[in-house]
Amino acid sequence: MKWLIAPALLAAVAAPWLADPYTTATLARILVLGLVAASVALLTGVAGLPTLGQTAPFAAGAYAAAHSSSVGVVQLLTAACVGAAFAALTTPLVVYARGVVVLMITLAIGELAVTAASRWRSVTGGTDGLAGMASPRPLWGLPVLDTDRARYLYALAVVGIVLCVVVLLLRGPAGMYLRGCRDDEARMRASGHPVNAYLAIAYIAAGAIAGLAGSLLVTTQQYLSPADFGFDIAALLLLGVVIGGAGSVVGAIAGTAVVLAARDWLSGLLPGRGPLLLGALFIVAAYALPRLRFRLRSAVT
Amino acid sequence: MRGLLEVDALTRRYGSLVALDRIDLRIGEGERHAVIGPNGAGKTTLLDLVAGVSRPNGGRIRFAGRDVTRLGPARRARLGVGRIHQRPAVWPSLSTLDNIAVAGARHRGGYRRTLPEARKLLSSLAIPDVTAARLSHGQRRQLEIAMALAGRPRLLLLDEPAAGLSAVEFSQLSAVLSELPRTVTVLLVEHRLDLVYALADRVTVLRDGQYVATGTPDEIRASSTVQSAYAARQPEAVI
Repeated sequence: MKWLIAPALLAAVAAPWLADPYTTATLARILVLGLVAASVALLTGVAGLPTLGQTAPFAAGAYAAAHSSSVGVVQLLTAACVGAAFAALTTPLVVYARGVVVLMITLAIGELAVTAASRWRSVTGGTDGLAGMASPRPLWGLPVLDTDRARYLYALAVVGIVLCVVVLLLRGPAGMYLRGCRDDEARMRASGHPVNAYLAIAYIAAGAIAGLAGSLLVTTQQYLSPADFGFDIAALLLLGVVIGGAGSVVGAIAGTAVVLAARDWLSGLLPGRGPLLLGALFIVAAYALPRLRFRLRSAVT
Repeated sequence: MRGLLEVDALTRRYGSLVALDRIDLRIGEGERHAVIGPNGAGKTTLLDLVAGVSRPNGGRIRFAGRDVTRLGPARRARLGVGRIHQRPAVWPSLSTLDNIAVAGARHRGGYRRTLPEARKLLSSLAIPDVTAARLSHGQRRQLEIAMALAGRPRLLLLDEPAAGLSAVEFSQLSAVLSELPRTVTVLLVEHRLDLVYALADRVTVLRDGQYVATGTPDEIRASSTVQSAYAARQPEAVI
């Protein structure tokens, strides 16, 4: 699959010159949600903590970015710090639980975050949402990102850099330790590894990534609403991760692209049947993908 | 004489069931000590307590002169307690080399510093450097022993290492265990008494969580108390 990376990257860079503004904005949204999905993949597929709650640090980062500087890099750092801080606060609730219990706790955290976003009107604008955010400039002295194309390319650059860092880290000892925790936690402990500390670090790092994606959401969408962080988004992200291969952060972005394409484009071709398409995708992901992957792996080895 | 491992009046209850009842045990540095007994004797419970996987209801565990009764398994492992599990516990998604390196990382200053020793350990095994998921049961057992040794254990807890092995794999295991350096103290729980008698300096017998006897393999073989303890629960067992 590595041969796909270069053409996919080329297509991603060329896309805003080839596509109309609506498609460009949709692609930017795919990048943003894909980055959140990468944080879900980090927790679910690599560390073995299945989560439905990454929309919470995503929301925290987004609202923090909306109220911070108009310089992109400051927005990004603020959002990442707030996302990480949110995750750090909820770490004790999550890292001592396992399996379905984690799924339930993170679902509750996500829902509480949406409820807080709906009620805290002075910060979030409540259910009316927060609008009118000015387009940021990436760095001091650089031009303002005032077109869909510029905002898309900015999101692409940030997502690319974050993904490279995450992939490099996961290819090293950090990735092995997390996979060790997922594969056999008792063996990790018997080898002297502090499993809960590793999971806490992964959870906080995933919170930072989701928070950072929140900053990109502000930049690309320039409007925030609690609906951007609801359960349906969390479920779509998890579906994207399942489709992309739970252990792959790059696959998570590809999976999210497939899910959002089914929801936003295919449903346009079949008006009123969007939920039906997503449901079909869920079923295919649950039943066909594991068999397909097994056959592909068998064919390769 | 102070032992490397000192267990005093160790008790573990599961509800009304007393799995281990006021057990005392002393194991000296470099000793090979086996614990045997019929099913339900409390052997694995004893290993779980020594490894820190479960907490005792009473009693005390001292390791290398330090009270470790309240320490968790990771802390005990860092102090030098290694363990081989009843079912080989490896990380199936990692390569065999990475399994050994990750297992030794906390004891040798990190993954990268462990790699040279991991390569040495791997070359001493008859297993390839592939994803651990592709190894047979016997190969996983060998790998797990290498993983435990990468952690430089002072005390190695072996929980039925011969379980499920073929005759060839069993003889390979016997060779590996008999070649363990005397710097590694061994506490072995095993049903295969041929392995126990070949390896152990001393043997402790448990039954229904109660202490029965401790002695050399010859003494245990000759003990009528031990014979009756086994006969009561496992008439087919040969001591």
